[in-house]
Amino acid sequence: MLTMARRMVRPLLELLLAATLAVAVLAALLAGSGYPVGHSLGALWHGAFSSSSVIASGTLLRATPLLFTGLAVAIAFRAGVLNIGAEGQLLLGASAATAVALAVPPTFGAGGAVLALTAGIIAGAGWALIPAILRLRFGVLEVISTIMLNSVALNLTGLLVRGPLQETTRTFPQSALIQQALRLPRLIPGTRLHVGFALALLLALGLGWYLRSTASGFRLRMTGANPHAAASAGEIDVRRVTMMAFIASGALAGLGGAVEVTGVTYALYENLSPGYGYTALAVALLARLNPVSAIGSAVVFGALEAGASAMQRDAQVPAGMVGVVEACVILMLLASEWVGARLAQRTSLNRGAPPRRMEEDADHQSPNAATPALPPTP
Amino acid sequence: MVLPARADGIVTLGAPRLVLRDISRQYGTLQALDRASFTVAPGEVHALLGENGAGKSTLMKIAFGLERADAGTIMLDGAPITLRSPKDAMRAGIGMVQQHFALVDAMTVTENVALGSEGRLDLAETDTLIRRIADDAGLPLDPAAVVGELPLGARQRLEIVKALARKAQILILDEPTAVLSPTESRELLSWTRRFAERGGTVILIAHKLREILGVADGITVLRRGRTVLETRAHDTSEDEIAQAMLGSAGVADGRHTNRRVAMAYDAAPILELRDVAADDERGVERLHGATLSIRAGEIVGVAAIEGAGQFELLRLLAGRITPTRGTATLPERIGFVPEDRLRDAVVLDATLLENLALRSAGQRQGLMPWNSLRQAAIVLMRVRDVRAADPAAPMRGLSGGNQQKFVIGRELDGNPPALVVENPTRGLDIRATQDVRNALRAARDDGTAVVVYSSDLDEVLALADRIVVVAGGAVREVPHDRDVVGRAMLGA
Repeated sequence: MLTMARRMVRPLLELLLAATLAVAVLAALLAGSGYPVGHSLGALWHGAFSSSSVIASGTLLRATPLLFTGLAVAIAFRAGVLNIGAEGQLLLGASAATAVALAVPPTFGAGGAVLALTAGIIAGAGWALIPAILRLRFGVLEVISTIMLNSVALNLTGLLVRGPLQETTRTFPQSALIQQALRLPRLIPGTRLHVGFALALLLALGLGWYLRSTASGFRLRMTGANPHAAASAGEIDVRRVTMMAFIASGALAGLGGAVEVTGVTYALYENLSPGYGYTALAVALLARLNPVSAIGSAVVFGALEAGASAMQRDAQVPAGMVGVVEACVILMLLASEWVGARLAQRTSLNRGAPPRRMEEDADHQSPNAATPALPPTP
Repeated sequence: MVLPARADGIVTLGAPRLVLRDISRQYGTLQALDRASFTVAPGEVHALLGENGAGKSTLMKIAFGLERADAGTIMLDGAPITLRSPKDAMRAGIGMVQQHFALVDAMTVTENVALGSEGRLDLAETDTLIRRIADDAGLPLDPAAVVGELPLGARQRLEIVKALARKAQILILDEPTAVLSPTESRELLSWTRRFAERGGTVILIAHKLREILGVADGITVLRRGRTVLETRAHDTSEDEIAQAMLGSAGVADGRHTNRRVAMAYDAAPILELRDVAADDERGVERLHGATLSIRAGEIVGVAAIEGAGQFELLRLLAGRITPTRGTATLPERIGFVPEDRLRDAVVLDATLLENLALRSAGQRQGLMPWNSLRQAAIVLMRVRDVRAADPAAPMRGLSGGNQQKFVIGRELDGNPPALVVENPTRGLDIRATQDVRNALRAARDDGTAVVVYSSDLDEVLALADRIVVVAGGAVREVPHDRDVVGRAMLGA
């Protein structure tokens, strides 16, 4: 029971620590660049937490796409798939959802919204299928292919909003507005928070359960932790699991994009995403790739982003500064991960493992050293 | 330098070129070399022979500066020399081609040769150099070819050319024929003769007796880190060399004590191979015409030298690969304990519980029965004496012996009809080794058909009721006798 409690408390403590670190780094940066520290941080706080409506319309609204994409990254990384392409998959999902939403007749009602979200899921999954095939057929590293496909997706979106999906006056690089009936309903009346947030929460809880309790989730985790042992000792079809992880990851990110256009923007823009798919890496890593913990880390980053907008508006601090802070937090987390792993290794050595021959040591480092950033399984 | 004269087919040898004297090297508790000596003359092809783990590679790595000796001296042309690194060795004219090539697949032959040379990079000059060396030495090689697209024989020629480009006079080849086809092997060995006739020195690390005897002038045999035979090839015989390699040491650990041959012959066959062939990962055929039947309640030991095809035989029997020809009749479930435990058997970052659940994870449907698995893990830890706090402990924290006991327990859980085991006690201490061997015997007594491969012949002899030898991709049963098994392994 004690371990249970510790397991619950530890991620929370880490979140708190990360948030504190972020604020400390930000304060130092602000002071260093000559901005009034107190006033700026006050604006940040105000924009993120000052009232329940700010929390809902700011922090939680911003946290929603981060949670979708964060889950996408977490599920992929747990399977050993280093999908850096959530950004592109989100954009493809948003584009497909917009196209469908603009095409369905108004008589469809809420069914049209479901169609639009489904289109987003399929488009995101389809976009992730490209790096999946490249890796499984041709051995192309997905780290590279997914990053490159992000650029392709961004330009594809740009093409769409200037061409086939451009609004009727043909003036602005954006699509027409999605009809009222297809927009996601508000979760809390009077705020901008939509049901997409609830959907993301349910998905996070569901994925947590999936990884912990189902045979399929177990296969995914083992494949990510040691594909050789998964194949040999577990007789797991590693290629199939890898393919499924790519698809599921892309589907989650694509759904995130679809939710963003039907719930927030109501139209497709070229710059629809301020880099949600990249911040998602921070969200997932801060949550140690645990879907349930990702709720907390998505909220932390959502608050930072919402606060950054307010800080720019009220204290003229460039929002980019928060980007620097996010990057610092990731680096510190990765460093603590590495130090932790080093310490764990040292204690296990002290526990009296027999000395191994040198050649053996060198051979055996490899399979597990391949995924240093992955946390121990819960 | 005076070239050795050849008269009447007998090599006349001058002063020794390279002498290793009383070399010792210890790894942890393992004495890899124990005052080993080695002498080679210019113009000589010299074979360094020995069983797996006899210390051949270690000794030559010391001669190439890759490893430092704990004690002993190295003399080159009569003067002592210190080799701190391969760079020192290359400067002294010593080159080595390792078993695993050190080539960059994506680069061309020329680029690979240029890589690691010092000073200004001039590819055109390197190109000319390669052509000259290749022509001179009779090693056909296209400088513009991309290494990744070359066959293994050509890659080996490239490694040799690389060494020659650095002006190597003494060339050490570690198991050079292991990766080659028979034709390529013949070509390589006849090349070594030509190189020696022109004053060069070749040291062949090997364990295939017959092909070596045809080409070597001098022979040195190591056993357990000691030099046990130094002789001229025409003064010796296959028998004498085999005897020296295997030794006549008594076989410890109850060779006959608990063999149960009588029972095994009545029992039903569990694993059956009929005229089976199998390929390795690269699609090269490693096993052919293998016919084997393993019954309930017996331990069949597999003995083989490295790369003889035992790897494929074991994976065939474990149902992990499928035959390219012939039929394999295997039960539904087969326990498998692979050689590389940390890579193929356990997930270090997962708990013991999860590592237990890994078995049959591929077939499992629906939810994970964590509660019953936890009970099973507790029982397994108790029965197999796995020392860990509880099933939630991470596998990483266990010692190698406890990990191996866990793996064997997992694979034996639920009494599978068959168990295939590869080097079960490698790296374990004496206590854990005994536990593992007892577990295998107990499984046999419970009616499991057990197959054990070990690179340690004594372990095969200690555990096996029957012994099969894999040599050159062929499988045959041999009597339970150390000398006979040893000779069969060497293809004699």
